[in-house]
Amino acid sequence: MRTAQFDQSIVQKNNKRRRSQDKTATIALYAVAGLFLLLLAAITLYVIGRGVISFTPKYLSFQKDGLGVELFNTVYMVFLSLVISVPLGVGAGLYMAEYAKSGRLTNIIRTSIETLSSLPSIVLGLFGFLVFVLLEKATWNMFAGILTLSIISIPLLTRVTEDAVREIPNTYREGSYGIGATKWQTITKILLPASMNRITTGVVLAAGRSFGEAAALIYTSGLTSDVDFTNWNPLSHTSPLNIFRTADTLAVRIWYLKTSSILPDKYELADMAAAVLIILVFVFNLTARYLRRRSSLK
Amino acid sequence: MFGKVTLLTQSKFFKETLGKSTLTAVGLLIVLVTLAILLFLTWKGLATFTTHNTSIIDFLFGSRWDPAMEFGAENGPAGSAIFIVGSLSVSCLALLISTPFAVACAIFIVEISPRLGNKFLQPAIEIFVGIPSVVYGWVGISVLCPFLASVFNMPFGGESVLAGGIVLAVMIFPTITTVAADAIRNVPQEYTEASYGLGATRWQMITSVRIPAAKSGILTGIILGLSRAFGEALAVSMVIGGRLAFPKGLLSQTSTLTTQIASGMGSAADGTQWTDNLWSMALVLFVISFIFIALIRVIGRKKKED
Repeated sequence: MRTAQFDQSIVQKNNKRRRSQDKTATIALYAVAGLFLLLLAAITLYVIGRGVISFTPKYLSFQKDGLGVELFNTVYMVFLSLVISVPLGVGAGLYMAEYAKSGRLTNIIRTSIETLSSLPSIVLGLFGFLVFVLLEKATWNMFAGILTLSIISIPLLTRVTEDAVREIPNTYREGSYGIGATKWQTITKILLPASMNRITTGVVLAAGRSFGEAAALIYTSGLTSDVDFTNWNPLSHTSPLNIFRTADTLAVRIWYLKTSSILPDKYELADMAAAVLIILVFVFNLTARYLRRRSSLK
Repeated sequence: MFGKVTLLTQSKFFKETLGKSTLTAVGLLIVLVTLAILLFLTWKGLATFTTHNTSIIDFLFGSRWDPAMEFGAENGPAGSAIFIVGSLSVSCLALLISTPFAVACAIFIVEISPRLGNKFLQPAIEIFVGIPSVVYGWVGISVLCPFLASVFNMPFGGESVLAGGIVLAVMIFPTITTVAADAIRNVPQEYTEASYGLGATRWQMITSVRIPAAKSGILTGIILGLSRAFGEALAVSMVIGGRLAFPKGLLSQTSTLTTQIASGMGSAADGTQWTDNLWSMALVLFVISFIFIALIRVIGRKKKED
């Protein structure tokens, strides 16, 4: 009987050591989690605080020293890029969820989506620069930026849509086929509406990402804007609506202010732009969260 | 009446085919875009080797980079080792800083307090992901760099490999945490129960059962983080100093593949050795992100076999 010879005190000591280790580790893990939240709070409060401190009404103006133009450009470009990327991304997601059979073609599409989503945005920006600017013998223009943003959003939307549609229980499909609907009718009348909330969440997240994107835009839509907000003829070069003019976004503005701007109050401007971007991040996040909660209640 | 029925089925059939072929076309379009990116990058990226007669060895391992910025000028040295080493050192530093914290956070979310994790950490992670990289870079310039400069007594205002590593560490943290948390969560419950049954404490159960069982998932998270760090351009560019020199230590300034592309692309006309070199660097980035994808797939496949 070897166990009988076990020195009980060793076991007890060992147990004590194990327990205190467990306790220390738990405390350490709480500390890391707390640190993480503290870091987020520090970053957001700092950025918003700096924005508030450097705020003067002129920064919101639509003149050269304001951010109004950039804000307009950002919203306009993100909206137009979604007009392109949502149908394509959602369409591809539906294809992957409902039509794609396991085989070589599906594998190729999946690899493509993965590649697109893992490519650095600066590389996608260079591609956009080459194909939508250099090869067209054009200068930086908003349209090039819009297309590049679409390429960035498409894989994200595809994945969200595919996941959302796949998770719809098969009973939905069976019910629909049972009353004589075709596959296409099932997709458009049953599956798409049923996954609409999650797809919308994906769209909101894609929009959020596009709002902050800069690396893909510095060589496509450019670093400056020359806009006249009294001119609403979309064909005119200084019209805000013209999509073939150069256009900088808020995020690009921060980059430009850091690297090459000679504006005297560039630090204050960049502070403001950063604060607006962070606030937008929160708005988009809360919207996505709200949509998700609504969809899980259903 | 029969006519109407056939018409109905015909139009149904028509919509069916149209719908299916449209969706298939969209799927194929994605493949086409990816192929186009690959082809165009290869075409532009190979010019360094074909038009400007640099050998691949010289490009990858050469330590002097001073390409010609004008047409007709004599080709300069086109060694990009500085940028490759720069990218590697900043990204690896970021991983070293980020991984322990990220895994700890993942453990916290799954094992220690899922309630607090879901209520506070999960939303925090999502916001961290959403913050634009230029904002990280901006906070880096205005807070981190001055701080580092005063702590380490740096003459050039704190822009350094260390600053780049820290900014990147914050940026890849959510990626690693999310993937690692999923991996730990997916370890079968029986493992945990068996471990407790043998008298393990929670910490012993985590370190000797959950983490080892989730290691391939955690590794996937680390590679995803690395790939994000490798491809990040502007945030790093804002805090790394942009000097054309190998990093001599954590506090020295250097350049990376992405920062050089971001700051250099506009400086010379397209088709000069300068820009062609930058295209080659973009091609290198493409190849590297492909390698990361392949690695993740290999890990995934191995896990399935286990």
